[in-house]
Amino acid sequence: MGGVSGSQTEHIVGSSAPRKEGRDKVSGCARYIDDLSFPHMLYGATVRSQIPRGKIKKIDFGPGVAWNEFVIVSAKDIPGRNWVALIENDQPCLAADVVNHPEEAILLLAHPRRHALPKAVAAVEIEYEALPAVFTMDSSERQEQIIWGTDNVFKSYRIEKGDVDSVWAKADYIVEGEYSTGAQEQLYIETNGVIAAFDAEKGITVWGSLQCPYYVHKALVELCGLPEDKVRVVQTETGGAFGGKEDYPSMIAAHASLLAMKAGRPVKIIYDRAEDMAATTKRHPSRTRHRTALSKDGKILGGEIDLVIDGGAYMTLSPVVLSRATIHAGGPYYWPNVRVRAKAVATNTPPHGAFRGFGAPQALFAIERHMERLARAVGLSPAEIRRRNFLQPGQTTITEQVINEPIDLGKLLDRALGLADYEQKKRRFAKENPLGSEKKGMGIAAFLHGAGFTGSGERHLASVVGVEGSADGGVKVLVSSTEFGQGTNTVLCQIAAEALGLPYEDVTMARPDTGEVPNSGPTVASRTAMVVGKLVASAALGLKQTLVAAGLLKGNGTAAEFRAACRAYVAAHQRLRSLARYESPEGIYWDDQKYRGEAYAAFTWAIYVAEVTVNLTSYSTRVDDFVALQEVGRVMNPVLARGQILGGVAQGIGFALYEKVEWREGRMANSQMTNYTIPTSADLPAVRVFFEELGNRYGAFGAKGIGELPMDGPAPAVVNAVEDALGIPFDSVPLLPESIFEGVERAAAWRATTARTPAGVR
Amino acid sequence: MKTEISFVVNGERRSVRAYPMERLLDVLRQQLSLTGTKEGCGEGECGACSVLIDGELATSCLVPVAQAEGTSVVTIEGVAANLRFGALREAFLNCGGAQCGICTPGMMVAAVALLARKPNPTADDIREGLSGNLCRCTGYLQILEAVAEAARRTAAR
Amino acid sequence: MRADPTEYEFVAPASFVDAVQLLAEQPAAWLPIAGGTDVMVQFAAGTLGARKLLSIWNLPELRHIEVLPEEVRIGAGSTYTDLRRHETVGREFPLLTLAASWTGGIANQNRGTLGGNIVNASPAADSLPALLAYEAELILVSARRERRVPYLDFHTGYKKIALEPDELVRAICLKRRFAGYVSYGRKVGARNAQAIAKVSIAGLGRVEKGQVADVRIALGSVAPTPIRLRQTERVLEGRALDRDAIGQARGAAVAETHPIDDIRSTARYRAAVVGNLVGEFLETLGGATGHE
Ligand SMILES: Cc1cc2nc3c(=O)[nH]c(=O)nc-3n(C[C@H](O)[C@H](O)[C@H](O)COP(=O)(O)OP(=O)(O)OC[C@H]3O[C@@H](n4cnc5c(N)ncnc54)[C@H](O)[C@@H]3O)c2cc1C
Ligand code: FES
Ligand code: FES
Repeated sequence: MGGVSGSQTEHIVGSSAPRKEGRDKVSGCARYIDDLSFPHMLYGATVRSQIPRGKIKKIDFGPGVAWNEFVIVSAKDIPGRNWVALIENDQPCLAADVVNHPEEAILLLAHPRRHALPKAVAAVEIEYEALPAVFTMDSSERQEQIIWGTDNVFKSYRIEKGDVDSVWAKADYIVEGEYSTGAQEQLYIETNGVIAAFDAEKGITVWGSLQCPYYVHKALVELCGLPEDKVRVVQTETGGAFGGKEDYPSMIAAHASLLAMKAGRPVKIIYDRAEDMAATTKRHPSRTRHRTALSKDGKILGGEIDLVIDGGAYMTLSPVVLSRATIHAGGPYYWPNVRVRAKAVATNTPPHGAFRGFGAPQALFAIERHMERLARAVGLSPAEIRRRNFLQPGQTTITEQVINEPIDLGKLLDRALGLADYEQKKRRFAKENPLGSEKKGMGIAAFLHGAGFTGSGERHLASVVGVEGSADGGVKVLVSSTEFGQGTNTVLCQIAAEALGLPYEDVTMARPDTGEVPNSGPTVASRTAMVVGKLVASAALGLKQTLVAAGLLKGNGTAAEFRAACRAYVAAHQRLRSLARYESPEGIYWDDQKYRGEAYAAFTWAIYVAEVTVNLTSYSTRVDDFVALQEVGRVMNPVLARGQILGGVAQGIGFALYEKVEWREGRMANSQMTNYTIPTSADLPAVRVFFEELGNRYGAFGAKGIGELPMDGPAPAVVNAVEDALGIPFDSVPLLPESIFEGVERAAAWRATTARTPAGVR
Repeated sequence: MKTEISFVVNGERRSVRAYPMERLLDVLRQQLSLTGTKEGCGEGECGACSVLIDGELATSCLVPVAQAEGTSVVTIEGVAANLRFGALREAFLNCGGAQCGICTPGMMVAAVALLARKPNPTADDIREGLSGNLCRCTGYLQILEAVAEAARRTAAR
Repeated sequence: MRADPTEYEFVAPASFVDAVQLLAEQPAAWLPIAGGTDVMVQFAAGTLGARKLLSIWNLPELRHIEVLPEEVRIGAGSTYTDLRRHETVGREFPLLTLAASWTGGIANQNRGTLGGNIVNASPAADSLPALLAYEAELILVSARRERRVPYLDFHTGYKKIALEPDELVRAICLKRRFAGYVSYGRKVGARNAQAIAKVSIAGLGRVEKGQVADVRIALGSVAPTPIRLRQTERVLEGRALDRDAIGQARGAAVAETHPIDDIRSTARYRAAVVGNLVGEFLETLGGATGHE
């Protein structure tokens, strides 16, 4: 089972081709960054701010350390610009005069002995003049202190569709709600790490655990003041990323490069877990307010949505995260009139960044909790309120993008409810719940996820991919898209093999190395299979055409003939390479000012149903069953696709029930795996995954992206189920037992005062 | 002060000079170049550094190398070289048990320890046997399925 | 890793006697390390004060379980796995086996020792409430003497214990007198495995002729040390386990604990869970004997 035979008649796309690098991974031979070392290599470490905000007055190198053995780098040593180039260049690579968040990098140290570093880091004494700091979105919005720009706002967006102001008078019900989500740590099991080497002739080379080699490349060019061809970035096997290695690697690569340039020796920096958790990015906390006008039959007439995310101390990726949150704020529903106001504000915490879903899980949590409120207001069931408002083909999203695929969300919902045995369980729980201290409930989440970059993003990126035929007749895919567990290598090889009619085994991946591969864009936004995949298919066809044009291959040759043609071509011309560049499809329209138009080339659609038990002895919630049904265009590789969904749902359940960052003055206080708890194998149900496939003309073989989608649904589905079990609404995640306890107490107190009946919930 | 530490690693007698409080993990990875054993937390929590010491599962980040003196240590490289565990490897591949792969060596070593004691584990046995190994990619299910499949295949033989 | 191994000394005496001798020569200079599952975590975090470590891991005198007619004597170096695999311990002291099964994952259970749990003295330690409920006795040994002390008096304050710097815990003794007792153990943590307890309970009791003949309730994570709920037990003595008694006991239990807010939970929540767990235990106890 599972394997792919070499037969050309069998389809490779859609089969569970084995993971390309799987064998290395299961035998322990895959080489991650900390598995590599170079002769004469030094180890680097970072001296970080102990305070949230202030001026650096003085730096002393304390006693007990042989400082002459250390290479020391400060902001003064930066040859180029002291910033980490990204959207706005506001984040210094090393703080020079002021610090704006705890754990901000100030100094770098390197030493031949790894274990000599922690003591040295601790021995650096920094004197600050503390400045008042801002730790919450509320106080940032109130501008109690201006800590960024003129108003603490990194970015704001506004969507206006129809005429919202006119709906309130017509409404039968007006329903308001406020929803919030907390920071979430990516917690990839491999921490951030890089090795940098400098050579006066070749320039800087960085190897590392990272998602976006060309982001790092750009940052290093500006930081080191080197020409582009003197900076090379190579991705090594990457032990999980989830967005957490999208922008931060530019920072750590910059640090290692500065040390390597000063030391004249390679420098390795690997964060330990505590440093990785405390100093690097997390999911943006959010707060969303909804005010919705409804007709008496439960139709949304219009609404206002106010959304704020906490960006931390520097802008980094906040505008893009905010963009996705904004566009997903309406969920999979039809809003004839809507106004969305969204902003990303600054606080004195480490910058928040990319994490699977990228703003969408925050916005979708809010709307999917709000739907429950709407249902209650009108007296409809959670399923029915959704059914009445689902987007239909031909209708427009909140950015006025026309839905032009035959998606039938009502049918999708029916199927999910059937799979979950929803109605019957609801009836059973209603009967059984009053009896014991365990309460059961069912919760639904309906959602969509835009695949690929927002709006004009792909056009600006103008990605390029290559496919190369080699002297031995094999084919290699050249992309900067990276594998970090999600299956890039496998799926792109499947696509090339299918396009060329070759066995899967004949196609391999080039290592993502900016010296070798073209820029196929960052590996983010669920864009790889869809956008990059499509380019791979077209580059592969280009390769074939070259062979045909050269008279070496007939139109539909066998694999053996293809190999022979390749060999012959390379023998004659040295190199056989075909490139394909992204061209935006006709008729795609996007207005960045008004935030209107075709936000995404494709949407994936999903209905998730959670069944939970809340135990009123411990107030803890267990997810007993979970149905994840989604439409994803095309399932490229069933085993991998299921793996993506299972992994995303697990992270989503973590986001919902387990994972809380404990902030103390802008610093993560629980930066240990024992205190920041992600689910273990003993905490998750046997999640059931189902797919539907509508295809997608913008994606390779009909693919839409699926990487992020499964992160969006679990939190609202689980919290809705908890509400169903207890009859008590909860509007923020993570929903820990402590919050359930408080909710139960509040409800009991409320019942006692209103109904004058003794005994609350028990 | 460095001392000489002798132990058996993956069936071979080895001796290293190391500071006694160096972590077994570091000695395996750095001195013996057995980099298949990973560090995910350094606090005993994630299981990425799992090895067998005298047949019992241990997190090598919490073991001073001096305490390994005279023991027999098996790492993922030892598991990989052992034909007996072929079924486990194939099952991990087929079932999608490895995504990013960083937890995989630890998971496989934990699975070996489990199957050695319980060749026919129940679903709960498998969950418990791997509950000290964190995976952030897979949501565990395909790993649990892989272990169950390996047990089935081995039993069938 | 935030420690520098070059700064540490380490000895591994060949026998228990040698270990005790070394402690006698330089008391307080050496920190014993058994399975290392607490010591190595502090070491790696760079917070271990000691620089000289004395390994008592796997010393045969410590790692054995002796079943005597009157008592079971558990060597302090026994691991959680040893406990879980021991038939008599499982049958006669199920609360201890249960606690052992909660203590981290399999790897941790293979190295972590009962003696380490006791001496590390975390208020959240899982096996300590069980030892309080069974009223264990400890055998403490130094070159000067061997003494036997009731475990009930061992914890004197937050991470403070009645152990002299030259002493080692040699064994934990449990009287074999709990046949016919109902036991109830539960750990409430942040997740089902690998969790530090927010509240844990070991309840043990016997009801005769509808009245409580003996009851012991011990809790973890709700005070600076693991504690026995003496007040609450007194409330229950000789009483029938009716609603009233259970309600009073719940109240007494909450009054007797001193939970705090920390990064893992809140005092309010812990207090509520204490009441619920005590209630659940007493209902179990009442229910179990009701059927006889
Ligand atoms: C991942 C992980 C999960 C954990 N989960 C749990 C859990 O769920 N519940 C729980 O209670 N604990 C847990 N722990 C803590 C730890 O495993 C236990 O406290 C264990 O019992 C410690 O035993 P040890 O032999 O490893 O102690 P060590 O670390 O070797 O020693 C601990 C202390 O005890 C002293 N000591 C040890 N033996 C003796 C002796 N015989 N005489 C005198 N002093 C002695 C040492 O000097 C040291 O001060 C966990 C730890 C880790 C790393
Ligand atoms: S690295 Fe040892 S358990 Fe995580
Ligand atoms: S496969 Fe990535 S952590 Fe398990």
